[in-house]
Amino acid sequence: MLTYSDKVKEHFINPRNVGVLADATVVGEVGSMATGQALKLYLKLDEGEVIRDAKFQVFGSPSAIAASSALTEMLKGKNIDEAARITADNISEFLGGLPPEKMHTCVMSMEALEVAYARHRGIELETELDEDAEMHICRCYSVPEHKIERAIRDNGLTSIEEITHFTKAGGGCTSCHVDLKMILERVHADKPAEVKKTPVTPRVGADASTLEKMKAIQDVLDREVRPGLAMDGGDMELVDVQGNKVYVSLHGHCNSCASSTTTMKFFVEDRLREMVDPEIVVIDTTEHSDELHAPPMR
Amino acid sequence: MTDRPIYLDNNSTTFPAPEAVEAVLPLFGDIYGNPSSSHSFGQKVRHQIELARENVAKLLNCKSGEVVFNSGATEGNNTAIYAALDGMPDRKHIITTGVEHASVLEVIRYLEEAGYRITELNVDRMGHIDLDELKNEISGDTALVSLMWANNETGVINPINAAGDIAKQFGALFHVDAVQAAGKLKIDLTDESAVDYLTISGHKFHGLKGAGALFVREKAPYLPLLRGGHHEDGRRAGTENAMGIVAMGAAAALINREMPEHIEQMKKMRDRLQAGLLSACDDVIINGDQQDRLPNTLNAGFKYIDGEALLMMMDAANIAVSAGSACKSGSMEPSHVLMAMNVPLSAIHGSVRFCVSRYTEPEEVDAAVEQTAAIVKRLREMSPFGHAEQRENGLSAEALEKHKSYFATA
Repeated sequence: MLTYSDKVKEHFINPRNVGVLADATVVGEVGSMATGQALKLYLKLDEGEVIRDAKFQVFGSPSAIAASSALTEMLKGKNIDEAARITADNISEFLGGLPPEKMHTCVMSMEALEVAYARHRGIELETELDEDAEMHICRCYSVPEHKIERAIRDNGLTSIEEITHFTKAGGGCTSCHVDLKMILERVHADKPAEVKKTPVTPRVGADASTLEKMKAIQDVLDREVRPGLAMDGGDMELVDVQGNKVYVSLHGHCNSCASSTTTMKFFVEDRLREMVDPEIVVIDTTEHSDELHAPPMR
Repeated sequence: MTDRPIYLDNNSTTFPAPEAVEAVLPLFGDIYGNPSSSHSFGQKVRHQIELARENVAKLLNCKSGEVVFNSGATEGNNTAIYAALDGMPDRKHIITTGVEHASVLEVIRYLEEAGYRITELNVDRMGHIDLDELKNEISGDTALVSLMWANNETGVINPINAAGDIAKQFGALFHVDAVQAAGKLKIDLTDESAVDYLTISGHKFHGLKGAGALFVREKAPYLPLLRGGHHEDGRRAGTENAMGIVAMGAAAALINREMPEHIEQMKKMRDRLQAGLLSACDDVIINGDQQDRLPNTLNAGFKYIDGEALLMMMDAANIAVSAGSACKSGSMEPSHVLMAMNVPLSAIHGSVRFCVSRYTEPEEVDAAVEQTAAIVKRLREMSPFGHAEQRENGLSAEALEKHKSYFATA
């Protein structure tokens, strides 16, 4: 038997926002009876494109119900562009973590959101392929190839078991395992070989003063992080450095978008660990407008 | 939410019969000797074990010398398969079915890697094997035919006697996993029976966990799985699980006395449950044959909902059932039994197994029906497929079409 967190159980037994939103601005739907799970997500946006209400209908396992409930809670009050950045991992985190076998339920929630977003923005998605059974790698759960490829890329999957956890593909009769193995190999071969970047800033030695370290960190932020954020109308400020702890805060467009700060934290941490000190831990001190969605501090 | 928990998962394990518990209590006190010891302490326990052996032999209608006590069905199935193959060194073919319990299927699939040729017989939509397929596949090279008497998920009963006769015609050994049959069907292993090995487990018929028995016909080849002592006539080394064995003996004695009433009682409750569910819920199908079926088992597929969701909500409402899906290594895999029966995945999703026991009461059945219906309704209201008008015109029309056409023929 799978073990679910208390939060998953709670969202499963008392799901929030179940039902149809008659005056929805946009609807995103994914899944089918044949795949064993389906989600229909209703969003109501105000003039400022902020999600005022979100509801859902779901067919699926306890975690599919909990993930849908969690997603609607995460969406409310967010601008649609911020909302679109919510990942499957964010949903899982919100629920205190899902068993790996059930990650596909968070992926489904994220996909419903993607469909709603694309529809709202008039972007065409690759979904027409989904309807064609000939294109399905996994016939049991009707999973098309592009979905498997994407799951491998987005989540760095390395085994057939992980593919099943994220997409359900291969979880039925197992006859597609040969194909999954080939896709896995192909995707990993496609991936450009990781170029070892020569650190521009030499690593700061263990005996470096806090001031030296701070300068090195500021240098990395200025070159690697802030230009990217500026493009989205945001900024990051270095607040303090204490030992290996690097305190930062987000400004502008970024500070209300709690979900993306998790991604941001890991990105920044990664860069700083490579270029300054492998022990660095980044701590986000931004006061988020919505505390409920603040990422867990470590 | 019901006041006291209702247990409808009796193919997984059963309530220990008060008579079985009572029989064991002295073993927690003065009767504690090692049954292999020749002093009076040991002989008192030996006596209890031999009484149990007689009761189990009576349950199987065999000689008491043909009963080997062990730790349960997994050990019994493993032992029988290895013993049979060891006794037939010149034959390299094994026949089984795709719907066996893992303790048969995984052993046999492992043996495939060791060079045996394996045939897994198909089952039809009703869960039946085809005896003609058995006749076509069996040959002088077949060492062993291993079949379950009744399936744990659907309750569907195999034609054991007819299959055994075919095995005998080709000189193959015949093993039967009778874990679900014991206490629910008449078992008769007199010399006319073609069965060479038969497995049972005490906790499936109101004994305790950790004790089972393997029937080994007098003339059948045998090879102990565990060595290191003369216990069980050298057939199973290790100090006997006296408490488990005594409880199993007492549980067998009860069945020997009252089996027709037990069967009648279980069947009445199962039928009440089935009728109740069919009238309280729309869009339910019964998986597996309804005639050749254990008296206590009901496998029901609820359309448009997920079985695990149903199961967990029922657990929250204090009712224990199990999903058609087995939880192997923590992962929710679709039931290999329903897959082998070619039940479409769309119908496997909402399949749940209800199993009553002779202790199940009408009030419990009625409460379970009421709760199940309420939860099914709630989950369907939550589902994008659950509303008639949405089913008719909306979402994933193509998938729904496929789904409907299946249920129209089911």
